Amino acid sequence: MGGYFEAASGGAAAEFDEFEAALLAAYARKILELVDVPDTATGTAEDLIASAFSEGPTERPADPALARLFPDAYTDLGPDGDAEAASAEFRRYTENDLRARKRDDARAVVRALEELFPDDPENLLNPGTRSAAVHLDPDDCRQWLGALNDLRLVMASWLDITDDEDFDELMDLDQDDPRALLVATYGWLTTMQDTLVEAMMRSL
Amino acid sequence: MLPSAAAIETERSATPSATVEPDVPWITLVHNDPVNLMSYVAYVFQSYFGFSEMKANQLMLDVHNKGRAVVSSGTREEMERDVQAMHGYGLWATLRQDR
Repeated sequence: MGGYFEAASGGAAAEFDEFEAALLAAYARKILELVDVPDTATGTAEDLIASAFSEGPTERPADPALARLFPDAYTDLGPDGDAEAASAEFRRYTENDLRARKRDDARAVVRALEELFPDDPENLLNPGTRSAAVHLDPDDCRQWLGALNDLRLVMASWLDITDDEDFDELMDLDQDDPRALLVATYGWLTTMQDTLVEAMMRSL
Repeated sequence: MLPSAAAIETERSATPSATVEPDVPWITLVHNDPVNLMSYVAYVFQSYFGFSEMKANQLMLDVHNKGRAVVSSGTREEMERDVQAMHGYGLWATLRQDR
């Protein structure tokens, strides 16, 4: 199995085959869809100014996966405090930035994987047999770590992993279970992220 | 938290975890969850807070074993910045007054 990182010239590198690259890119695109923020990168100066002053949402996201990516900042403000109101206020000023960061992280992963096999980046059903290495500099590593972590949080929410034993139970799923691919991918990304942390720790 | 492939050294004498001065009223708490890797949590503590490897590991183990740990203290604004940063990394953090 590819996608396991090793320290390489100040950053990290990992080999991906075409299926692995297409699979990870497909999930990373899912994050882009989920965090969906208005794209101001190509906007006019007016758009950029408007977005800098626009206020974010105040409600906790209804989707549990998104609620895990954007959790409440206050749960306990004492008997006289209003944690809900404080969390809403916190969201208003932070959630848009947080969404933009998660979008940028996921986009960095998608881009790097698309560059691996530029002629046929999305062929999940009939992948070729080539492999190629992704080389990440320290900044790329940080973006990949963020994106892999976001992905795992979202998948864990889909799989209803709420305590430390849940994943072990899912490992015993029947091969025909519709969750089997998701569970296998979650496990793969866990090891991928762990190897990337290890590679980065060496350069701290 | 999920154990990492690499064993975590726990035998070495641990530094005391972040202490909160009585006159400093706000703290940032990081909560345990079953998704974040132990290695990743320690990495975040080292790279964001600049903690030593030993202190980062100790705090990570506190989160894992006790369910949560105080990772920073200061003004409410400072703690909001830390909580926002932790959410950026995907860790579940909250702030509150240290009562």
